[in-house]
Amino acid sequence: MQCKSIEILVGLFVSLCIAALFFLALQVSNFSDLQDNGSYTVIAHFENAGGLKNKALVSMAGVPIGRVADISFDSDNYDALVKMRIDARYNNLPTDTSASILTAGLLGDKYIGLTPGGLDEFLQEGDSIELTQSALVLERLISQFLFNSSDKDE
Amino acid sequence: MKFLAKLGRSSLFLYAILSGFGYTLSRPGLLIKQLYHIGVLTFWLIAISGLFVGMVLGLQGVYTLSTFGAESSLGIMVAASLVRELGPVVSALLFAGRAGSALTAEIGLMKATEQLSAMEMMAIDPLKYIMAPRFFAGFISLPLLAALFSAVGVLGGHLAGVDLLHVDAGSYWSQMQSAIDFHDDIVNGIIKSIIFAWLVSWIALFEGYDANPTSAGISRATTRTVVNSAFAILLFDFLLTALMFGTP
Repeated sequence: MQCKSIEILVGLFVSLCIAALFFLALQVSNFSDLQDNGSYTVIAHFENAGGLKNKALVSMAGVPIGRVADISFDSDNYDALVKMRIDARYNNLPTDTSASILTAGLLGDKYIGLTPGGLDEFLQEGDSIELTQSALVLERLISQFLFNSSDKDE
Repeated sequence: MKFLAKLGRSSLFLYAILSGFGYTLSRPGLLIKQLYHIGVLTFWLIAISGLFVGMVLGLQGVYTLSTFGAESSLGIMVAASLVRELGPVVSALLFAGRAGSALTAEIGLMKATEQLSAMEMMAIDPLKYIMAPRFFAGFISLPLLAALFSAVGVLGGHLAGVDLLHVDAGSYWSQMQSAIDFHDDIVNGIIKSIIFAWLVSWIALFEGYDANPTSAGISRATTRTVVNSAFAILLFDFLLTALMFGTP
């Protein structure tokens, strides 16, 4: 009987610890995001992708519909090439959808906001979003503001 | 020279243990008994320490973050520090103190009372019969205990931050979920604790096997286990962190 109770305790220990692991996976991390219904990739060229990170949200109308999969430098056009994976449930985005890099709050994370267009054709796997708006670079904005005000003084 | 010789001996020792893997699998009773001694008896130590570490993180986090008005990021701070660093490292240190020292003392005493030589006389390989089940039990237990530590710690942070200091529960969980990545954070934390498990079990068993078969020798070996394990854990933690999180 001694051996039996040890086996039960060990079983309890292992199952509790695995339950803890499941808790970490489901409650603490974004693991549940990964179990999607498939996804498709669209690409977009941005003049400046400053501050955008991998796995940043792609949202439309404020609702997350995908994530940034890859950001790389396009040496042909000298701009940033951003690949996004969009949830396959949202497969009816018009081809003239526009993408802009926005900031959540004043100092928050950068994310991509999509604005739907009006065409009847939909974006497919590997399509490119043509209308893009770059990230707002705070330094550039401030310098613009400063130079404008100094121009006025003269 | 002494150090090199010891490293060589311990590597041969590790090789002999690893070749006992099949033997351990064919005798699950031995493994379960060691899982009880090494894992189950460490359970409460890890669970309670995890709870308090999480609660301290919750209190300190609110204290620091409130200067920036960023209490809502408490969940990220607690979970990231637990899952990436504190979970694997602190549970490995506690494990070395609780289970590692016991292993060294047990095996050192077996050597001193010549039980190991007696087994060899009976044509039982003590490396396979005694060491291998203990090694694999440690190898299995510590990653599980580290996961437990992190999970209980997150709950402890919730207890201190949300229930005591009234941080918003919704932002605690939702910010945590959006910032913690399963592969980058949790899987890397588990990989760390697997490596720590290997280090601690190896050091503990080897120090016991290599101990001077006297009472002073066993006490010195037990001390060496705890000290060397702590060094090895912290050194490897730095290396692994640099590898995993060093490149942005």
